Amino acid sequence: MDVVNQLQRQFIDYSASLHREGFLDDQFTQLQKLQDDNSPDFVVEVASLFFEDCEKLINNMARALEQQQGVDFRQVDASVHQLKGSSSSIGAMRVKDVCVAFRSFCEAQNREGCLRCLQQVTHEYSLLKNKLQTLFRLQQQILAAGGSIPVVE
Amino acid sequence: MEVAGEVLASESQLHVLAVDDSHVDRKVIEKLLKISSCKVTTVESGARALQFLGLDEEKGSLGFNGLKVNLIMTDYSMPGMTGYELLKRIKRSSTFREIPVVIMSSENILTRIDSCLEEGAEEFLVKPVKLSDVKRVMNDCIRRGETEGNKRRRVDKRKFEDDNHASSSSSSSSSSIPSSPSSPLPSSPSTAATSSPLHSLKRAKLRDHN
Repeated sequence: MDVVNQLQRQFIDYSASLHREGFLDDQFTQLQKLQDDNSPDFVVEVASLFFEDCEKLINNMARALEQQQGVDFRQVDASVHQLKGSSSSIGAMRVKDVCVAFRSFCEAQNREGCLRCLQQVTHEYSLLKNKLQTLFRLQQQILAAGGSIPVVE
Repeated sequence: MEVAGEVLASESQLHVLAVDDSHVDRKVIEKLLKISSCKVTTVESGARALQFLGLDEEKGSLGFNGLKVNLIMTDYSMPGMTGYELLKRIKRSSTFREIPVVIMSSENILTRIDSCLEEGAEEFLVKPVKLSDVKRVMNDCIRRGETEGNKRRRVDKRKFEDDNHASSSSSSSSSSIPSSPSSPLPSSPSTAATSSPLHSLKRAKLRDHN
């Protein structure tokens, strides 16, 4: 039981830090609350879809921004808009915030600004991916040790 | 006692068609609806939605798998056909115009909300959609179903809504948005747009036309 408590403590602390540092917002907590016996891997599945989306959209943005004959900023913006939507739906706050800035640069047709945001969004996405993998690993360890996942408000 | 929710007989379950080009959003809305005891079909575009309903000109008017759709929830911004265009197509169809349509959007733009409500949308939800939003939509749908064909009760319900607005704002002609905690309407930032007196009266007016 001590091992479970320790792991649960770790999970709670890690979760809290992710919220405190702005990686995750309340929407993520809402998704965790939706997870139940009918869909025990719900959050992991949503996260996987999100990361797939990120990769695809970031590639689209990169391709559109490297067009030498003139960047189609509407195309870039369309991808950023989609990424903003997904990140909002999963509670990926820092990714979403970069998308907001990114859209302004698209509107201003500022290629340099867009490239900087692209770099930032790529960075935030990979940071978040690592952190969520750590969080999910902790969850697995708790379950494997016979414990239950604490609900973090 | 059985766990409420997904074990209800299919006749009494609401069948919701959810339309969204985002895979993440489709997964989330599907979960929200299933938790709210609904049968869910998700599609990725307006075109697919019309196909499913059988409104696709090419396929004729055969419903796809025979299951009646009780509610359509659609994202607003989608490539190809927007949710707004889908809404119009549905409301202009004699077969499907009675199906309530809820629009979901990440952007809280008043003119957008107005246009959707004008075209007959039941509600406009600001994303990210929460469980409380879905539950409220379900309640409205059930209430709507119960009062269908009973005009007197519908008029009373509208009166009740109007009275609520009159009591929650300082005067009956006030145009302020009731966002105080004491408002009888469920209030959260995402529903502020739909709970303003103007929009509720518009919705009430639209219900009268139905």
